[in-house]
This record gives sequence, C-alpha cells and structure tokens, in this order.
Amino acid sequence: MDIRAIITGILLALGCFFIVVASIGIVRFPDFYSRMHPAGKSDTLGQLLVLSGLMVYEGFSLVSVKLLIIIVFIFIVNPTATHALAKAAYVSGLKPWKKEKGKND
Amino acid sequence: MSFILTASIMFAFWILLSGEFSFILILSGVFSSLLVSYMSHDLLIGKGDIKLGLTRTIRFIKYLPWLLWQIVLANLDLVYRTLHPKMPINPRIINFKNDFKTDLGMVILANSITLTPGTVTIEVNENEFIVHTIAEEAAQSLISGEMQARVKKIEGEHNV
Repeated sequence: MDIRAIITGILLALGCFFIVVASIGIVRFPDFYSRMHPAGKSDTLGQLLVLSGLMVYEGFSLVSVKLLIIIVFIFIVNPTATHALAKAAYVSGLKPWKKEKGKND
Repeated sequence: MSFILTASIMFAFWILLSGEFSFILILSGVFSSLLVSYMSHDLLIGKGDIKLGLTRTIRFIKYLPWLLWQIVLANLDLVYRTLHPKMPINPRIINFKNDFKTDLGMVILANSITLTPGTVTIEVNENEFIVHTIAEEAAQSLISGEMQARVKKIEGEHNV
C-alpha cells in the first residue's frame, strides 16, 4: 500500500477521534462555560488533523495551499468565536457551575 | 506605499486562489485588487511602520511551534477529562492584570489562552483578563505567567 495513503488515513482517524471526543465532551460537561472548552479546542485540532491529512493526500499543489489557508483561518476564527460566545454569556450574567457550592469563589 | 503593497498582496492571493492565467481572469484580478486596495489599504498595513510588522511576524512564526505543542497537550488533557468516568474537573474563574501595550499582544494572548490546556478567555479589557479555567493545574500554569512572557517577546519594546 502507498505510504501516503497510510499517513492520510492515520491523520484522518486521529482528527475524527478528537472531533468525536469534543462532541461527547459538549454533552457531558456540566455547564455552558465548561462546554466551551471542548468546543473551542478539540475542534481546532481535529480540523487541523483532518485538513492536513487531506493535504498529505493531495501532495504539493494549489489545492493543498488552499487547505493550508483554511487551516490558518480556522486557527484564528475558532478561538475568537469561542471568546465571543463566552463573553456574551458572561456579560448577561450567567454564573459558572462549581463543584462544591460556597467553597471557592 | 501601503497602497502598492496591499495591491500586490491581493493580486498574489488572487493568482493563488484562481490558479489560471487566462487573459480575462488576470485582468479582472488586477482590477479587483486595485479596487480593494483603494478602499482598504490603511487596514492591512496600517499606520505603523512595515519593518516592525515584519519583525513581529517573524517572532510570531518562532512562537508557533510552542503553541502547537501546547494545543496537542490541551487536547490530550481534554480527552482525559471528558472520557474519565468521574470527570475530574473543578471550574473557576480567575483574573489577572493586563499589562500589554498593544492590541496585537492582547489578541495573541487571548487566542492562545483559549487554545491551551484547560483555559478559555471570557473577557479582555484595559485592566484585566478574565479567564475560565477547568481545573486547578490550568489556573496555576496561567498564573505562573510563562505564556505572558512569550507573548511579550513578540510584542517587543514598541508601544504601537
């Protein structure tokens, strides 16, 4: 089998793994703010891995340069969007979930 | 100067995205890059000097490998916390002083905080950063200030 196809497969599988775990995290975590963690981080790395897998598959061409541009774009946009959501919640006064009430402020 | 620079960057980007060299495409590329740079050449380059922007870009590229490694660590940490049956999290909100001089420094730090282990930036204003941390270790590593020092290095001595 082609070595390039194997690398592509590994990268795609890893990327999908992180995206699936992020989705599980969004369901499992207790409140809005902690749900922002998987939404903001794992999506970024998952998409990075998936898109770089496609870049490896494509080889050096115009398409892979475009994929690289998409990766850079997502890297800037994803944390910014997370920040915007978290700030909106904070400004409208949503209180974060705490493990033991009253223990730590 | 900024007009010519913006126009050439825009045109290079056009060539990159189209990948074709027929006459009509090149011509419309020239026209649209001139139009875009006429409208917005003060946005991309700005009033700051070009040399400083270039040194900052190079410093930022040197910062990237460390950031990527932190992102990998952040995701492994998150996978552990998500899949652990008891979910070892203890969220709280911390704030620390904002002593950055430029918007660029604040943006880089805020986005880096969101991407690195266990922390999400909630609010940045002139006085402080407000950060949601998912566990005690994450809060400690942020308060220790390693990342702030690295971003400071990108920002350099200048005030603009």
